[in-house]
Amino acid sequence: MTDAATQSAALDVRLVVGLEIHVQLATATKMFCRCKLEFGAPPNTRVCPVCLGMPGSLPVMNRRAFELAVRTAMALDCTVARFTKWDRKSYYYPDLPKNYQISQYDLPLGSAGRLTIPSADGTKDIRVRRAHLEEDAGKLLHEGAGATSQVDLNRTGTPLLEIVTEPDLSSPQEVGDFGRELRRLVRHLGVSEANMQMGQMRLEPNINLVIRKDGAEYRTPIVECKNLNSFRHVEAAVEYEAKRQLAEWQKTGVTIETGSKSTRGWDPDRGVTFLQREKEEAHDYRYFPDPDLAPVVMDDAWLADIRATVCERPIARRARYVAELGLDAADADQIVEERANADLFEAAATALPGGKGARRLAKLLLSEGNKRANERGGLLADLPIAAGRWAEVVALLEGSKISATAAGTVIDELLTRDDAPEAIARAKGLIQTSDAADLAPLIEAVLADNPKAVADAAGPKGAKALGPLIGQVIKKSGGSANPKVVQELLKQKLGL
Amino acid sequence: MSDLTYLTALQLRDAIAAGEASAEQAACAHLDRIGRLNPTLGAFLDVWEAPAIAQARAIDARRAAGRPIGPLGGVPVALKDNLCTRHGATTCGSKMLADFHAPYDAHVVERIAAADGVILGKTNMDEFAMGSSTEHSAVGRTVNPWATHCVPGGSSGGSAVAVAARLAPVALGSDTGGSIRQPGSFCGVVALKPTYGRVSRYGLVAFASSLDQIGPFGRTVADAAWLLRAVAGRDPRDSTSVDAPVPDYLATLDQPIEGLRVGIVREFFGEGLDSQVKSAVDVALSALQGRGAKLVEVSLPHATRYAIAAYYIVATAEASSNLARYDGVHYGHRAASPADCLDVYLSSRAEALGEEVKRRIMLGTYALSSGYYDAYYLRALKVRRLIRNDFDAAFKQVDVVAGPTSPTTAFALGARSDDPLAMYLCDVYTTACNLAGLPGINVPCGFDDAGKPIGLQMMAQAFEEEKLLRAARMYEQTADWSARAPAL
Repeated sequence: MTDAATQSAALDVRLVVGLEIHVQLATATKMFCRCKLEFGAPPNTRVCPVCLGMPGSLPVMNRRAFELAVRTAMALDCTVARFTKWDRKSYYYPDLPKNYQISQYDLPLGSAGRLTIPSADGTKDIRVRRAHLEEDAGKLLHEGAGATSQVDLNRTGTPLLEIVTEPDLSSPQEVGDFGRELRRLVRHLGVSEANMQMGQMRLEPNINLVIRKDGAEYRTPIVECKNLNSFRHVEAAVEYEAKRQLAEWQKTGVTIETGSKSTRGWDPDRGVTFLQREKEEAHDYRYFPDPDLAPVVMDDAWLADIRATVCERPIARRARYVAELGLDAADADQIVEERANADLFEAAATALPGGKGARRLAKLLLSEGNKRANERGGLLADLPIAAGRWAEVVALLEGSKISATAAGTVIDELLTRDDAPEAIARAKGLIQTSDAADLAPLIEAVLADNPKAVADAAGPKGAKALGPLIGQVIKKSGGSANPKVVQELLKQKLGL
Repeated sequence: MSDLTYLTALQLRDAIAAGEASAEQAACAHLDRIGRLNPTLGAFLDVWEAPAIAQARAIDARRAAGRPIGPLGGVPVALKDNLCTRHGATTCGSKMLADFHAPYDAHVVERIAAADGVILGKTNMDEFAMGSSTEHSAVGRTVNPWATHCVPGGSSGGSAVAVAARLAPVALGSDTGGSIRQPGSFCGVVALKPTYGRVSRYGLVAFASSLDQIGPFGRTVADAAWLLRAVAGRDPRDSTSVDAPVPDYLATLDQPIEGLRVGIVREFFGEGLDSQVKSAVDVALSALQGRGAKLVEVSLPHATRYAIAAYYIVATAEASSNLARYDGVHYGHRAASPADCLDVYLSSRAEALGEEVKRRIMLGTYALSSGYYDAYYLRALKVRRLIRNDFDAAFKQVDVVAGPTSPTTAFALGARSDDPLAMYLCDVYTTACNLAGLPGINVPCGFDDAGKPIGLQMMAQAFEEEKLLRAARMYEQTADWSARAPAL
């Protein structure tokens, strides 16, 4: 908003954004039938009488989907309803075979929660209004130049968790941060892959401006943005809308009272939003309780079972890594991005002798580990190196027993066989000699053999001339001497 | 065996078991009779001649090989055409589904086949089970076998006629507001609507999901009890089916209930009740008294007038949603050359849905509309609760409640076609039972002066079919009307 604000210095312009997010739950089968969920299967091959809405077919709730949804609601600090029911939302569309969607209307399974997101000055809580479960519709394929469209119902009946926030977001950055934090959360919870390109997580921001001018307050009409399949697009669309709405208001003076809510699509190629629906059509969804499904009543035992599956939230994990384990914020961010990586990190950190070296462990994982994971096209946690082994490598580094370069060699070796890193380093001759007593005779010999270099060091170059001497000592040690220790010993010896 | 079609289902089962007749002979005897009489009666829409004979032969072969036979023992069964079957069409009495071939068998169809019931075919019905005369069928015309100028009742008219006219020993129908009991009454057969949740609705084309229930027709209480047992029980594919034990109804059927208390529903004997129906029901109740039953007057103050009103809100609301899927997009009738997507919906539905179905879809859509929901749908649900309370109170005093099934006997074809309200009043005594989810039965209790059957209705508490059937049997033992057959 800074751009817009500076353009009109007299105006106080505040951006207001609320989000509607659909998260596809990672169940094996659909919400109300047993069809497999599979992205990219040939059209209409993952369907049955139930998801096709054939006459006489009846829905049966997927209990797993319900549990994943409740787990998410719990992680969002929602009040979880002990009694929920299913409602039919009626509208006609060719991708909706029953011409109603099974959803939750007045009794969502979760309400009044919040998600803590990172912000410039620490963290910010974004309130969650509600979270409810519903079934997805199919897809219309408008391919070729013909006048007909085709319907693919593979996606029909996919379990979707819809999360609606309060309008608490106030910048494109915050909207993006919320999306990313939510994505991390659902992935950590194991409730969704949340792959945006595959439509497993869909964000629809509702955007408007509150403008103060000459003591009066104006609110622009709310715009709902669709077709946003990456966080970058979400941020760009919000940014664009903020500017567009301000310009529109300055031109026409239209406000939420005089204008109407509209839906706009995002054109990523042109970087603009475009009008999809001008007036919010007088939609009457004729909600009523679905008589084919029993209400869901949750008892204490069931709630406790689900609560036991709620893991530490990634933002809390990140804060703990920084505060307790001394990680850089950026490293903690990266480690926490994938739960499996964070789990690996934590298991390795716990195995560190005396708990020392967590910071080095993080750096090792993110550099040497990630490099190799990327080469293999997998996650850090997928590498065939156990957490304990990573801890042992870090311990060798912490004890100066191997060099950083040697650590890389040891890791490469660990990828081919599970053996103690110290044994590997020893076998490969990578163990550094850091013991002054062991190094003293070598240093004596080198100093005796290189009077010219010793003289250089005593001259104006000083310690900068030590290089060749260090090299000689390492050479004499067969490559095992710790260069730092050698340097220190030489300095002492020569009184530098 | 002179004529196998004159045996009750249980007699036929025993005859087959004893080797006195084969399943094939039983099937053929009924198929022959269907061939002769169905052109006049119109009970069946589709006769499964070849598959029925094939199924019967397979059962006979198994018996010959000494292998076990299911409890239905090769006895023929007819199915209402809103029960999905892989074989043939499942029309639901509608042009919309005239060519619809279901890709699966309904739960009850699976159960009948597994129990070795031989399926004879599919019977006519009011379109989407909406009607009380079977005149709303868009695919066939069915008449009452006792008076062929009269309606058979509905919506399960075809199944009632099939059993009454001995085209089938037993049949299945569905009852949303009286659609089993009322045609049972008009056609003089035993007709049972089980407790909601007793029989899986999986594969029953939905009219009003919270009211629909599948149930049996038979010429005797025993036959109906026997068929119920074969199809009842929990089915995981229907979330509303209930996991309650299914008793062997036949085991206790002939044991009279000591000190049976019968509640006479005061509101069922008021204005609009035909005098001949009233006196036949009175006689039937006296007969029960003669067998030791105690008659107690009870009141169900919400169960007639308010029940009809609530019923036509709840049923039409659910129907408007359940029938939204018939849009010409995925299956069923599609308009020949629609102008655009919207026109696919508009023209397909306009062309293929009948007047009564459209009327109910519009009523239901209205009742669910924003601004009207509270005044109609929500209020109807409250009435529904009050009706349930009425029954709860009555069942504190009595074991079963009783009254007429229908205020009149079968009326002439076309007599009420132009008066939907008069047609709706056919259900005045039957809808409360569905709204409360209770079991209800029609037992024939006589004939009017014109020789048209009269029915006695009894209802019991949820899942008390055993008690209900025994009470019905107690009455049946006093006057076995099933001995009388329509002259055809």
